[in-house]
Amino acid sequence: MKRSLLPWLVVAGVLLLLFPLVAEKFYLQLVTKIMILSIFALSLDLLVGYTGLVSLGHAAYFGIAAYTYALAAPSADPANVWLTLPLALAASAAAALLIGALVVRTSGVYFIMVTLAFAQMAYYFFHDTRVAGGSDGIYVNTRPDAIVPGLDLADDLHFYYFVFAALAIVFALLAVILRSPFGRALQGIKANEHRMRTLGFATLRYKLAAFVLAGTIAGLAGYLAAAKEGYVNPEMMAWHQSGAVLMMLILGGMGTLVGAVLGAFSYVLLQEWFSALTKHWQLLMGGFIVAAVLLLPQGLVGLPRLLLRRRGLRSVQPNDD
Amino acid sequence: MEWLIQILNSVQYGLLLFLVASGLTLIFGIMGVINLAHGSFYMIGAYLAFTLSSLTGSLWLALPLGIALSAALGLVLEWALISRLYRRNHLYQVLLTFGLILIFEELRSIIVGDDVHSVAIPAVLAASLPLTETLSYPVYRLFISAVCLALAGLMYVTIQKTRFGMMIRAAASNPEMATSLGLDIRWIHALVFAAGVALAAFAGMIAAPVSSVFPGMGNQVLIVCFVIVVIGGIGSLKGALIAALLIGFADTFGKVLLPEVASIAVYLLMAVVLLFRPLGLFGRA
Amino acid sequence: MIDAVLATDSLTRRFGGLVAVDAVTLSLSPRTVHAVIGPNGAGKSTLVNLLAGDLRPSAGTIRLGVEDITDWPAHRVAQLGIARSFQHTNVFGAFSAFENCRLAAQSRHRSFGRWFVPAERYGDWNAAAEAALAIVGLGGRAGAAATALSHGERRALEIAMALATAPTVLLLDEPLAGMGPEESGHIVALLKRLAADHAILLVEHDMDAVFALADQLTVMVNGRILASGAPDAIRSNAEVQRAYLGTEAPGVI
Repeated sequence: MKRSLLPWLVVAGVLLLLFPLVAEKFYLQLVTKIMILSIFALSLDLLVGYTGLVSLGHAAYFGIAAYTYALAAPSADPANVWLTLPLALAASAAAALLIGALVVRTSGVYFIMVTLAFAQMAYYFFHDTRVAGGSDGIYVNTRPDAIVPGLDLADDLHFYYFVFAALAIVFALLAVILRSPFGRALQGIKANEHRMRTLGFATLRYKLAAFVLAGTIAGLAGYLAAAKEGYVNPEMMAWHQSGAVLMMLILGGMGTLVGAVLGAFSYVLLQEWFSALTKHWQLLMGGFIVAAVLLLPQGLVGLPRLLLRRRGLRSVQPNDD
Repeated sequence: MEWLIQILNSVQYGLLLFLVASGLTLIFGIMGVINLAHGSFYMIGAYLAFTLSSLTGSLWLALPLGIALSAALGLVLEWALISRLYRRNHLYQVLLTFGLILIFEELRSIIVGDDVHSVAIPAVLAASLPLTETLSYPVYRLFISAVCLALAGLMYVTIQKTRFGMMIRAAASNPEMATSLGLDIRWIHALVFAAGVALAAFAGMIAAPVSSVFPGMGNQVLIVCFVIVVIGGIGSLKGALIAALLIGFADTFGKVLLPEVASIAVYLLMAVVLLFRPLGLFGRA
Repeated sequence: MIDAVLATDSLTRRFGGLVAVDAVTLSLSPRTVHAVIGPNGAGKSTLVNLLAGDLRPSAGTIRLGVEDITDWPAHRVAQLGIARSFQHTNVFGAFSAFENCRLAAQSRHRSFGRWFVPAERYGDWNAAAEAALAIVGLGGRAGAAATALSHGERRALEIAMALATAPTVLLLDEPLAGMGPEESGHIVALLKRLAADHAILLVEHDMDAVFALADQLTVMVNGRILASGAPDAIRSNAEVQRAYLGTEAPGVI
């Protein structure tokens, strides 16, 4: 599958690279946001689409990294990206390790509920305590300092390419990992965990590793989101966020990396469109989600197949059997 | 004596939570559907209590009207949407019901607005029961506890002792067999779902006078219900009752003794239970 | 481990009030076929699940050689070289037959830390998978999705997956279930070959296959061992005939 996709990926990459040349500021920022959410969606895809662990609390790791950045950033000067980014990733990874150790022993609906519950715990921790500004959140007045000469993250264009690089690295990394023995084991777990255990795989270990890896990558997205906006608040780890990223996966189609990115693009563009139509855009989004679940079981990635099948049916002659 | 008040509060809160959680765990245990929108029904109940009691002037009139309306809503939802989820995997159930939450929240926002409202306690229950010379306890809260207990008892009797309950249990443990024996599974599912919605909405209605009516109440109660179902075990009403009471105590005493930790006390409790019983106290694999 | 004996001592498993396996003591020696037969509900599958680590015993012990593996979970038991096949086919449906066996072969090696080299590059694992498929006669169907295989082919795939893990002990739960006479013949011949260097515990209803293969026979009824010993002795045992074999007519009961 990967082989036939490679030319398309290159085309998409080139388009994204060239996009800033034609885009005005608003769209530049929009696509930057979409790329950040693509990283977030990819991280959840690893968990849901490839390992079969439906987490409804993934936004927790997104938010924890964001808050780590905001708390670690000095009040006056720009934060050092090469110090704060690893710190934020470590924080997300640690949280994912702690929570993961508790939740990977559960499965099915329990897993869904406990991941949600722990994410809510994180949400309430930041919302109700004064540790990090409570419901008001924290402002970070400047973008992080990239230290590297010539790279100025305060410049939206530079930041765009910085995020693009992150997305490309994450995409490539996941593609490699999923083809490796470890990745194959994850997919085996999704297909039939019992069989994997019977074959001798210590599946708990693999699930925890996937959970931590996914949490860490979500942390990368959270860091970039916080760096971009200069503002963090508890809503970043609210379950609406967890639900939204899950929605991106179903929109794009889980179990494919491209689908995750497509889903992020579709979701954000949909959100922009609905918001422009009405201030009650959540109504439209909710309706859309319900329709998508009922009508698009494979997500957008499955749309070509769905359409082709329809067309194929119509062209079958009665004497073809 | 202050402890007695806190104990009574814990029991009342726990029983109310049980009412909501019972619907959630039943719907999952019997139909295998995880319903994120369950908290929204609680909110809908509370807002129904507000609008209907404003219209009719009395909470007593609002209650039966509200129950009927929410049961009808449950039937319609089940027919239109939930019935399509029975054989699909949990991810789709989660997403579709998540979409429902967004829809309900926005509809509420459009129809009733985003303000916080209060609902008056009916006059006959507005008194307070004196406990000591200085302390007294609101009769209405005792009323809530009594009603929840009565409903819990009714649930137990219905499920364990009636034919309808037997049909429900049959449908839960072996749908194909039940169908081939002539039971109309679709009706059982529809009724169970409607009952779950009505229970949650009813809880919202009777809770409204003490907890007030505000936009985020559905989400708040939903998460707690999830914790209850996880701790108690999916499909177990007994587990839900015990877990709900545990949470009632943990939350109430948490707020009194350690206010900072109070909001996360409930999750810590869940974490501890999970360490030893990944399937909950009374859950079956 | 090839010469270790898999032995149980008073192995018991209760489900609430039901005693599914009741004080079963038996042993499986290397290079022998020990068949376990009995009516449906006798506890044979439960016994296999206990030996494989899918269920924990309520009482009694299981040893492999000198190692006490009584409470070991399935994945640890599998790593000892004990492989099992399932009564109800339990393969990776969406994967190809080859990928099913490749994953099985992969289980013998470290996968956890291997994140960067594509799994296909591990030639040994590919070879083991191909060899396993060839042994059961599925060489030509390697690329087919498991769900596209016929029932008999899928039963063969079950065995191939077990073989791809290079086991010393095979626990086979009704491998011939639902197979026609020709397919069964192939599998019986295969099992005969495998018996030369594996210890095989065979749960089966097909009496022709059982008497063709078994070096030792154990009859289970209601969770207990009714009789155990050489096949001929069992066949002429009056109690066994009454409880299970009925008439001498061969074939599935």
